Amino acid sequence: MMTVALVFAIACFSVGLLVTLWRLVKGPDPADRILALDTMVINVIALILLYCMWLGRPVYFEAALLLAMVGFVSTVAYCRFILRGDIIE
Amino acid sequence: MLRRLFPHPLLSVTLVLIWFALVNKVTLGHLLLGGFLAIVVPIVTAPYWPGRPRVGRPLKLFGYVLIVLWDIVLANIDVAKIILFRKNEDIRSHWVVVPLELTSPEAITLLAGTITMTPGTISTMLSADAGCILVHTLHTDDPDAVRDTIKSRYEARLKEVFA
Amino acid sequence: MDLIVEIIVSLCLVGGGVFGLVGSVGLVKLRGCIQRLHAPTKAATLGVGGVLIASSIHFTYLTGTLSFHQVLIALFILLTAPITANFIAKVYIQANHDRETLPDTTGAHGWAIYDKPPVQ
Repeated sequence: MMTVALVFAIACFSVGLLVTLWRLVKGPDPADRILALDTMVINVIALILLYCMWLGRPVYFEAALLLAMVGFVSTVAYCRFILRGDIIE
Repeated sequence: MLRRLFPHPLLSVTLVLIWFALVNKVTLGHLLLGGFLAIVVPIVTAPYWPGRPRVGRPLKLFGYVLIVLWDIVLANIDVAKIILFRKNEDIRSHWVVVPLELTSPEAITLLAGTITMTPGTISTMLSADAGCILVHTLHTDDPDAVRDTIKSRYEARLKEVFA
Repeated sequence: MDLIVEIIVSLCLVGGGVFGLVGSVGLVKLRGCIQRLHAPTKAATLGVGGVLIASSIHFTYLTGTLSFHQVLIALFILLTAPITANFIAKVYIQANHDRETLPDTTGAHGWAIYDKPPVQ
């Protein structure tokens, strides 16, 4: 039963990843593209966690943790670049 | 002396706890290493910290966090319903201006974060003198009710916490 | 594996997956950037939250020890989601609005993106 649920969750987040990719390509605003990138990062974190459960070993948790941090910093950096034309003032 | 060694005691404790969570085990060696970081990092970054946040009643903050977590779950179900079952033409978005009575930057940050995470609202901007906050609601028929809910449910509690 | 644990983990996984998918679908379905902003910040956060709860129960049951990494990831995502949403909203407002199209402030000063803060 857990395997079925795991496959279902992986399918959901994979479809979500593709859908956000579409928004990233199409998005009329820069804000839309940043939002799509941020959502992709969150989806990828979820996929990494699910892959750990699939393997049954917690080897990739550090990767998920690092991605959570780097994703946040990159989103803020993009936004500041568009807002001020500069990242560190 | 102690004040100079620990400019931000709360930050030091948080750093040790996060270090333990990162290495995922509790040993004496990691306590020493985490303790070293907890002393060095606040001293090095002290110029960037404007002041210590003053939390008047920490226990109330705990209760507030529980309420917000529960509201996040309800908010998600609300927003999921709107996204899945409502036609785009029927979604009525509004801008709502919420006047603030809170003054400390920490309290306002916490309130803005809460607004973003709870039912169908996103905090977008403060006014230049931090006297009011601009909130966008995804779907509502009564913008004034949204403003009153934010003020009574969250701001009143935060005022007690940061009293 | 115990049946009850398996049922709880499966429920968390299915719930997380559904919310994650709803967040991404909302990103495509809704009109206007500011409406789209509502979908991922909320739904995707709970989606990842469900997966995190499932994986922490799963690994606690498998190894017998509690892992703090999931707690840390959950904490980090919960703390950063409002901040990124706020930044993206500012980018949107700067590109698509000006003083006239936003509602007025209640005080004497305008919105922070147009006016300088008063000197104290």
